[in-house]
Amino acid sequence: MAHTEQEILDGLAEIVAEETGVDTAEVTADKSFTDDLDVDSLSMMTIAVSAEEKFGAKIPDEEVKNLKTVGDAVTYIKNNQA
Amino acid sequence: MLTGKTFLITGVLMESSIAFHVARLAQEQGASVILTSFGRTMRITEKIAGRLPERPPVIELDVTDEAHLDTLADRLGEHCDQLDGVLHSIGFAPEGAFTFLEASWEDVSTAVHVSAYSLKALAVAALPRMREGSSVVGLTFDASFAWPVYDWMGVAKAAFESTSRYLARDLGPKGVRCNLVAAGPIKTTAARSIPGFEQFEEKWQERAPLGWDVTDPVPTARACVALLSDWFPATTGEIVHVDGGFHAVGT
Ligand SMILES: NC(=O)c1ccc[n+]([C@@H]2O[C@H](COP(=O)([O-])OP(=O)(O)OC[C@H]3O[C@@H](n4cnc5c(N)ncnc54)[C@H](O)[C@@H]3O)[C@@H](O)[C@H]2O)c1
Repeated sequence: MAHTEQEILDGLAEIVAEETGVDTAEVTADKSFTDDLDVDSLSMMTIAVSAEEKFGAKIPDEEVKNLKTVGDAVTYIKNNQA
Repeated sequence: MLTGKTFLITGVLMESSIAFHVARLAQEQGASVILTSFGRTMRITEKIAGRLPERPPVIELDVTDEAHLDTLADRLGEHCDQLDGVLHSIGFAPEGAFTFLEASWEDVSTAVHVSAYSLKALAVAALPRMREGSSVVGLTFDASFAWPVYDWMGVAKAAFESTSRYLARDLGPKGVRCNLVAAGPIKTTAARSIPGFEQFEEKWQERAPLGWDVTDPVPTARACVALLSDWFPATTGEIVHVDGGFHAVGT
């Protein structure tokens, strides 16, 4: 079953919180992964792989660098669910 | 082709990793595999391991960590008695190493340590578990030329190729082979981290007599599996080009 945007945002917030230690409440759509959430490229890879598993979406390696904000990632996952 | 065999496979990071495809093909051919990863990449490797036909164990090995190397053979004992082969699929150079005339010795020495010396370090660490007739296989990027952007990584690969020949000399009497696959450019995490690596892609496709697909790691992985198998029993110190034939032709 397809996940809603809100479900993806909530699930992604848990993944980001687990990876970086920030509070899930901090992980909102407008936040930039690198500038606001202190996510480096290795953390970003971990987040992408975790998100693939959680949402059954495929996020190609070359797409990951285009996902600048949490909102970008939510939209990408929503449009690319299995 | 590999029924009953066990291989130690380093270098699985993402599904794009060359080593991921070697592990997958080896399992499909009936082998068991044991993966290694290190530090913060452990968690990614563990997740990606679940995408193989059978989930293999992942043990920690930073090839620059003496304690990891010294305990490797013992720690392997939890998963196997003997190894039939080891894949070295490890490369790293700091960003400064990709600017030839400016690179510091610190950057260069890291590149050589992780990318060249590590072949010897890994082979010696695994040796107590390696049965007679087993095989060490590594991945190089043809170091006979000065390439655009590859810079000190190219120098490290030259050292790596030489290391493989010396290992062939010293491991041969123990019945262990050591060979390399010289792959054409493939879009992996390591390749993407080299600034300007895209420059290779079009040229390779144009010049290679067989053509070349930078998104397809399978031909390279197959050659690794073949060299790990019993089908090259009298070959050591060799470099097999899996590059669409690029190395053989001029422009
Ligand atoms: N991709 C190409 O175009 C290409 C071409 C020819 C050769 N190669 C070689 O293939 C090998 C595998 O690279 P890849 O392209 O699959 O990229 P990759 O990024 O998927 O793999 C590189 C691996 O090296 C590991 N590594 C780095 N430092 C390490 C350390 N200190 N200890 C243990 N492991 C460490 C990483 O964890 C990663 O798994 C490398 O030797 C690379 O030079 C790649």
